[in-house]
Amino acid sequence: MIHKLVKDAAAAVTDISDGSTLMLGGFGLCGIPENCIQAILEKGTTNLTCISNNAGVDDFGIGLLLQQKRVKKMISSYVGENEEFERQLLSGELEVELIPQGTLAFRCMAAGYGMPAIFTPAGVGTEVAVGKESRIFDGKEYLLETAFNADFAIVKAWKGDTDGNLIFKSTARNFNPLMAMAGKITIAEVEELVEPGILDPDQIHTPGIYVHRIFEGKNYEKRIEKRTTSK
Amino acid sequence: MLDKEGIAKRIAKEVKNNTYVNLGIGIPTLVANYLHEGINVCFQSENGLLGVGPFPKEYAVDPDTINAGKQTITALPGASSFDSAMSFGMIHSKKIDLTILGAMEVSENGDIANWKIPGKMVKGMGGAMDLVASAKHIIVAMQHVNKAGESKLLAKCDLPLTGKNCVKRIVTELAVIDIAPEGGFVLIERAPGVSIEQIKNATAGKLLISGDIPEMAL
Repeated sequence: MIHKLVKDAAAAVTDISDGSTLMLGGFGLCGIPENCIQAILEKGTTNLTCISNNAGVDDFGIGLLLQQKRVKKMISSYVGENEEFERQLLSGELEVELIPQGTLAFRCMAAGYGMPAIFTPAGVGTEVAVGKESRIFDGKEYLLETAFNADFAIVKAWKGDTDGNLIFKSTARNFNPLMAMAGKITIAEVEELVEPGILDPDQIHTPGIYVHRIFEGKNYEKRIEKRTTSK
Repeated sequence: MLDKEGIAKRIAKEVKNNTYVNLGIGIPTLVANYLHEGINVCFQSENGLLGVGPFPKEYAVDPDTINAGKQTITALPGASSFDSAMSFGMIHSKKIDLTILGAMEVSENGDIANWKIPGKMVKGMGGAMDLVASAKHIIVAMQHVNKAGESKLLAKCDLPLTGKNCVKRIVTELAVIDIAPEGGFVLIERAPGVSIEQIKNATAGKLLISGDIPEMAL
């Protein structure tokens, strides 16, 4: 089989250069590629464009990269949990493109399916629509939104095998499988890495063809943003 | 006048049997606590779960299972999880029967603003622009006036829009109000102990009142 296994996060991100465009999976802090974010931080890579639904919190997730001013531009749908982000945005230090969450998902999906663009009604009549082409289908207006073009997609899965097949868990799936399909180079970090043949082919969410590098991550913190319990 | 729980209680009466419902952050989340007996509802969370259950017991907290407000939740028997494109696919293909969300402003033609205050607050739209663009039915849960005492029911929204001509019904601490197809806030019900005069004073947009306006039954 095609060789995809790398030793660790540092080896996986070794050729991510300054100025790269990255897709980072996760929703809030759920299902984020913790190991790769840490490795990029340690490597010193800067001037990044990050496509990710959220921007982490001040001291975790993408927030760690923001804190050290490694991010030039963020493309996200919701950034409300991060004060440093809001500060950099309002002061103009950080370039930000806020887009509807469905549009973010569909632009990843389009890239993964080889489609140049999609039409969506989200954002019609709002500032999101400014400068965009629109079309009417059956009397309703839709915006033309183009596929993302990312140098690297960095995703986190629950289980994976050395052929790159991935299985996600619960709502930690979110954007991960979409981004996995969309990156020019896709890096997957998994909680549990197994040999080919262990995972049931019928249960695979992301076929290995989309994954270029895979490794078993370690020391997952899986921080919870809003621990909410019932009695 | 209603408190937040009261607003949620009143909205719970709008939730029909055998429907799929998406609840926004804040007051909308509370609606799940007041559903009437015999009302069978499946809640969707746009981060990728159908069949959202109650908050977990402390021992059952799973960091991989959260709602769109990032709160830890449980998945009910029969639940399913999926990626974000499928999640918004079910929203845009109109499989969700009812969307309940908060707002900073609503205009008399059903425009809604709830994601940005230029120069002051930028949180982002999250899934709100998708939900309002494609929902079959939208109910807004909000306070009638903002913290400065200014009406949030306006002739025209001042803040950047989330969606146009999409809100059907608004429930506030003072009233239940529908958006008239030709524009205007139609007063449907008064909150307990609230006068029409109070509602008029708190509504900046065109308020349409016809006949006797009943008091809400909760």
